[in-house]
Amino acid sequence: MFIDLLLHPLSYEFMARGMIAAVLVGIVCAVIGTYVVLRGMAFFGDALAHTILPGIALGYLISGGARDTLFWWALGTAVLAALGIGAISRNAEIKEDTSIGVIFAGMFALGIALISTVKSYAVDLTHFLFGDVLSVSSHSLWLILIFGGFVLLMVFAFYKEFMTLSFDPVLAATLRLPVGLLNNILLALIAVTVAVSLQTVGVALMVAMLVTPAATAYLLTNRLSTMMLLAALFASLAGVIGLYLSFYLSIASGAAIVLTATVFFMLAFGWKKISGRS
Amino acid sequence: MYPHTHHQPDQPILDVSHLTVRYNGRAALEDVTFHLHVGERVAIVGPNGAGKSTLIKAVAGVLPPTSGEVKVFGSMPGRHVCIGYIPQRSQVDWNFPVTVADVVMMGRFAKLGPLNWPRKRDWDAVRRALETVDLADLASRQIGQLSGGQQQRMFIARALAQEAELMLMDEPLTGLDTPSQEGILSLLDRLKRENVTVMVATHDLDQAATHFDRIMLLNHRLVAFGPPADVLHTDNLLKAYGGRLKPVDGQTVLSVDSCCDEGEHDHVH
Repeated sequence: MFIDLLLHPLSYEFMARGMIAAVLVGIVCAVIGTYVVLRGMAFFGDALAHTILPGIALGYLISGGARDTLFWWALGTAVLAALGIGAISRNAEIKEDTSIGVIFAGMFALGIALISTVKSYAVDLTHFLFGDVLSVSSHSLWLILIFGGFVLLMVFAFYKEFMTLSFDPVLAATLRLPVGLLNNILLALIAVTVAVSLQTVGVALMVAMLVTPAATAYLLTNRLSTMMLLAALFASLAGVIGLYLSFYLSIASGAAIVLTATVFFMLAFGWKKISGRS
Repeated sequence: MYPHTHHQPDQPILDVSHLTVRYNGRAALEDVTFHLHVGERVAIVGPNGAGKSTLIKAVAGVLPPTSGEVKVFGSMPGRHVCIGYIPQRSQVDWNFPVTVADVVMMGRFAKLGPLNWPRKRDWDAVRRALETVDLADLASRQIGQLSGGQQQRMFIARALAQEAELMLMDEPLTGLDTPSQEGILSLLDRLKRENVTVMVATHDLDQAATHFDRIMLLNHRLVAFGPPADVLHTDNLLKAYGGRLKPVDGQTVLSVDSCCDEGEHDHVH
């Protein structure tokens, strides 16, 4: 009976594909999200996701509504936006969060304005804002696998450099690591992750995928590598459980995934409080 | 490998000439000139905001001079991996998910180069460094679980694992209790025997006078630089600290109100 409940949704192809997409995206977001959490970049991640909306909107208008090419528009805009925001935050004229806030809201508004020129405005906007993991095509799945795999490979290859840079930038500089280059690589990797995840959770909930599983893992371990593994585990679980909830309770898939991840966080937080007291 | 510079052995380990560093037009350091010999222990002393941290970062090669130059073994510090930087404890994220051994291993990463993972000789170097500073038992602890003195010793171990020849320490003694301070100072003695050159920023004039070969009095400019007995004169101290030197019980007492985080008073007689 319980097995049936688990297997029945998977007999739909879109559910099986959505499940794979949610798990893959969850893992990639969680692993790169470890650095987002440790470096206090949650606002940057949120801003980045919103800033790419005009890029997607433009691609959407040019391609006349085809969704398969949108990934490339998202990817291009995200990398540009990440490096642009990175350059802004190195410029000390205005406080970093203020300048990011100005740019991100402005770009977001531009995106909405562009999309609002289309007749099916409300539906399309909803799709971009909240994603729809159940409409992931097998073509998109391949893109997620390739680009997500690339992000994971880079995080693995530069593990010791990113760890040192995040823990102590001055030490990284005295070890003569290429600090500026590594920073930009990390920003670009976050951008690729955002582009890869767009269809699953959309613009509005992206920051939760980056931050929540990693923050949950942060509460439970003292090792960076363990934090990455735990975060990936929580994100995958949230993807699977969230999609079942979405299927049986008829709630939006992105929201269901994020809510599940949030429950994990609250459980970990409560457990930490209780165990810390004894 | 990341590009590194080789040493010219006939050059002094550190040669600073006419170093000026400005932030937003305000001079943190003004025309500072001095040089160090191998194996020397130097204390940098001066009031808060005198430019001690700026000097350390400029020497480390992470802060570009506005004018003048810093040379380590005859070339710019920006490519040397022989400089061990030990940060102020207050500037470290002690909740970062790394163990003591992880942090000490970071010292190996310069010579390891990209895409290489630590090998046995790196782990051996980490273990030896931890034994030297007496932290081998705590190698797998998360760094936030260490005491202040242990945290400072961990950073010295990191510089040892890096095989640093010039160690720069930004207020390693601030906020430590006396036994922990003694532990750090005896480690400095040990480094001296191994010919490591050490520059330490400190508030404590007594310790500077008793544990260091030379004292550098700094207040944006180099006020005085030499053996403690030559440097710690009323005139120099007045120049470095301003008019806060007052006679008490027939002796000259330097009362420093704003130099320490804890609001302590340092005295020299």
